[in-house]
Amino acid sequence: MPQMGESIAEGTIVRWIKKVGEAVDRDEPLFEISTDKVDAEIPSPAAGVLMDIAVKEGETVPVNSVVATIGAAGEKLEAAPAAVAAPAAPDALETSDDRQKSSPLVRRIAKEHNLDIGRIQGSGLGGRVTKQDILSLIESGSAPSFDSPATRVASDRLAQDRPEPIIRGLADQVVPMSVMRKKIAEHMVVSKRTSAHVYSVFEVNYSRVDQIRKAKKDDYERAGARLTFTSFIAKVVVDCLRQHRVINASLDGDNIIYRHDINLGIAVALDHGLIVPVVKGAGEKNTLGLSKAIQDIADRARAKKLNPEEVHGGTFTITNPGNFGAQFGLPIINQPQVAILGVGTIEKRPVVVDDAIGIRLMGFLTLGYDHRLVDGAVADQFMSDVKKGIENFDPAQA
Amino acid sequence: MIDVRRLGLVSYAEGLELQRALVDDRKAGRIPNTLLLLQHPHVLTIGVKKDGRQHILAPAEVLAERGVEVFETGRGGDVTYHGPGQLVGYPILNLDPDRRDVHKYVRDLEEVMMRVCAEYGLAAERVKGMSGAWVGDAKIGAIGVRISRWVTSHGLAFNVTTDLDFFNLIVPCGIADKAVTSLALQLGRPIPMAEVEDAFIRHFTGVFEHSPG
Repeated sequence: MPQMGESIAEGTIVRWIKKVGEAVDRDEPLFEISTDKVDAEIPSPAAGVLMDIAVKEGETVPVNSVVATIGAAGEKLEAAPAAVAAPAAPDALETSDDRQKSSPLVRRIAKEHNLDIGRIQGSGLGGRVTKQDILSLIESGSAPSFDSPATRVASDRLAQDRPEPIIRGLADQVVPMSVMRKKIAEHMVVSKRTSAHVYSVFEVNYSRVDQIRKAKKDDYERAGARLTFTSFIAKVVVDCLRQHRVINASLDGDNIIYRHDINLGIAVALDHGLIVPVVKGAGEKNTLGLSKAIQDIADRARAKKLNPEEVHGGTFTITNPGNFGAQFGLPIINQPQVAILGVGTIEKRPVVVDDAIGIRLMGFLTLGYDHRLVDGAVADQFMSDVKKGIENFDPAQA
Repeated sequence: MIDVRRLGLVSYAEGLELQRALVDDRKAGRIPNTLLLLQHPHVLTIGVKKDGRQHILAPAEVLAERGVEVFETGRGGDVTYHGPGQLVGYPILNLDPDRRDVHKYVRDLEEVMMRVCAEYGLAAERVKGMSGAWVGDAKIGAIGVRISRWVTSHGLAFNVTTDLDFFNLIVPCGIADKAVTSLALQLGRPIPMAEVEDAFIRHFTGVFEHSPG
């Protein structure tokens, strides 16, 4: 069942265009679904023969559940007991799902009889296949055995990444992940697998921008904007990205894409997740323009009024772990970018000024960067410029 | 950019054929995003939902007598009526890659109709669970969309000076206990279709046009 939108969790099959046994080409219309006032035709992801329809016309199932199986022409699908998902790949005689679904004894029995545990609906906790399940299936002669490969139609990817079976306690509360949560989870692990994350932490003196902030506060309010530390940081970051273009780039295979535009992503914490709306063309804006744009997308992000295109196309991201008091964070890069700036909490600290102790408004900035493209010297040069830019901010630029 | 085509009065069958051709063209990239604005002669159309036929209350003879055709279509939604005085909009848009969210598309269509109403001083709103544009308890605009590989067809129907009597032939959209209304009925005066089309184009562009940069 395909994902037809951010907040859509399920779909209803209205009509099967192809019948079981019919050949289907890749991208040929396979079935129709309906949600609210929309009827959508869904194309087949693969060429082959429609072997099995798991969800009938009129039924509603969650997004990403398997609705059918497409196999190579000439394959036979074993008759399986009711409520069984598509067969597992044969080269993984025992998949991680199997380990999660059964005990070693059950798996041994399955192996002896060349049975596919992945296709057995177990009666144990969480669908586990018990010894009783498998023995009674063998006796009745209807246990599903392995056969040649078949393609899943829209299978659940996240489940396959789990290395150890998760035991559910009886008193534990099981809640399915929201679509947003699944997306965040996937993005985070993929990013960690993709980039060589390295971090540099710099301490910055915010006294000067604090003074400028207080002086210009009223002007900004009259212009309908709020002058915050983020405004200054964003302005300085944008200026430095212009000088250090490799930090505003992407990797595409063996190519480096130096982005022409600076599209600044601003991470916004939501009730049950987070989202990174993008200020497009941040490189063209002055501090006032940036303040307005940042405030606007942050407000609309919280009010869930963003357009889909506003969360795409970012070239650099600023996140704010200091918002909740963290000294500094070690954020995960927002793919396909190569760097992310974490702003730590800004507070008064004792610092050394002219060989004496003074009290200044200080905060840590962390640059997370992808060492595949950005070397330490380059990152630190960038951050050194950012620190200088903030500490020597020109009031005329505010 | 959105190419707007004002087609005037077009038979439902012709409308279906044109949409099919344009959807293919849009998929192939031969045309840009396109908006068709038109009216149909009296017709009842049924969506993909099975109950559609049951929601036609009048028997076939009555329909024939009044010159009302009946069509089964491939759009979502239940049964509805189209006729002269009702502004029908068929946006043929490619929602891929930036707008791949069908619920948002429906809400955006509602937004366009709500803004047109607002321009005439009428407060219209959306109602959770019942797509369309509502003025109080009565529906002023209906929605039924078809999507194929993220290219849209069919769309919406907005009552300007529609003869609302024809809605008595059906249970509109399968909703039995709500009324139907029109711009003319709400404002107590007839309104020229061309004027509403202009407003509609303006607000459609406002909602659907990508902002530059």
